[in-house]
Amino acid sequence: MTQAPELPPLHMRRDTFNPTAELREIRETDGVRTITSAFGMDVFLVTRHEDVKTVLSDHERFSNGRPPGFVVPGAPNIPEEEQASARAGNLLGLDPPEHQRLRRMLTPEFTIRRMKRLQGRVVEIIDAQLDTMGKAGPPADLVANFALPIPSLVICELLGVPYDDRDDFQRRTARQLDLSLPIPERMELQRQGRAYMRSLVERARQQPGEDILGMLVREHGHELTNDELIGMASLLLLAGHETTSNMLGLGTLALLRHPDQLAAVRDDPDAIGPAVEELLRWLSIVHSAIPRITSTDVEIAGVGIPAGRLVFVSLPSGNRDPEFIDSPEVLDIRRGAPGHLAFGHGVHHCLGAPLARMEMRIAFPALLRRFPTLALAENFTDVPFRSFHFIYGLKSLEVAW
Amino acid sequence: MKISADREVCISAGNCVMAADAVFDQDEDGIVVLLVDDVPEEEEDHAREAVRLCPSQALRIVD
Repeated sequence: MTQAPELPPLHMRRDTFNPTAELREIRETDGVRTITSAFGMDVFLVTRHEDVKTVLSDHERFSNGRPPGFVVPGAPNIPEEEQASARAGNLLGLDPPEHQRLRRMLTPEFTIRRMKRLQGRVVEIIDAQLDTMGKAGPPADLVANFALPIPSLVICELLGVPYDDRDDFQRRTARQLDLSLPIPERMELQRQGRAYMRSLVERARQQPGEDILGMLVREHGHELTNDELIGMASLLLLAGHETTSNMLGLGTLALLRHPDQLAAVRDDPDAIGPAVEELLRWLSIVHSAIPRITSTDVEIAGVGIPAGRLVFVSLPSGNRDPEFIDSPEVLDIRRGAPGHLAFGHGVHHCLGAPLARMEMRIAFPALLRRFPTLALAENFTDVPFRSFHFIYGLKSLEVAW
Repeated sequence: MKISADREVCISAGNCVMAADAVFDQDEDGIVVLLVDDVPEEEEDHAREAVRLCPSQALRIVD
């Protein structure tokens, strides 16, 4: 029987916004230590800023691919063929040059220039959502009315996901990433997600629209299998839903707890650019990058790691390393925190970073200007954090104005 | 100051354009484009920052 664990694994533990002292202790002493992952495997946890960068930029020694026969304990036995089909198109599980081949097909859709063309539509989506929230309260749940729907509507529109399918999709992905659910249940959700995405891909093959799936079919349809298209689209949809939405919810709460910085974001148009970067750093909602496997014996921070072992890098810890930034525990939206690791590092650096930045740069000031008196409508100690999620965030956030 | 940009290695993160948009741009595919042969003195700090921030190490200061 798989039981819900009492605590998430060490690298995911938090005290409200902050990683726990246990993580800092590793960074300040050994730098690298073996811990037990959510799947019960021993992994080497890398905690210092420079070491995180070293691991993520060296795909030769720290591979994203999984060696043949690699199994996660507790995972149901899935035929090799089905596993291969489920892996196809998932850029996060690939190494160069295969990774670069697929990534290059997507990058035209995420350039800074492309984002500028999208901006007007994003502003409309945000304004409409603020209208909805205005009617729903006060008080209202900021997660359900603002943080979740905005990135969701944006990525669904980019990918060509019908509006009516959104709710089902959101429910499925949120549960899929919830570590307190047993693995078989999460794998079943993953299977359902792929089945849904397959229907979208088949439709795009028939009638390629003006969205990313349509573009992929038109420009690269002959060199991509349906499995690859499904994998790429699933990853984009998941990444588009789960990351920016948690940044918007958690970021709003962080600003509410720092009223002078909230006022700056609301009143000074120049404040938001650096503020988004510092919020990304300080919150580091992605607890760890995708695990790497050592392809050879290596040494990090003086700790030897044999070949064939799993390595986790802690992005929250790297982002709070005093060797990287002064007073790392302090949220200071003026500093901008260039060089933070919230989007990762190396060839897998977040493809959607320009989109995420644009959404946040529009959404936070728009929220605070629409509701200048925005305040928590529950005790801070009652705010439900999502402790068991791969992506940190809030389950809900009651606000008033 | 001169900078080299390896367009094969570039992963289109766009960090360089954010750090120094007078020196770097992205083409239609998102790949880095150098806008200047010589980085003007007033842009050197921004350009250095861009080199430091590039996640795929596609940028180098050559002299």
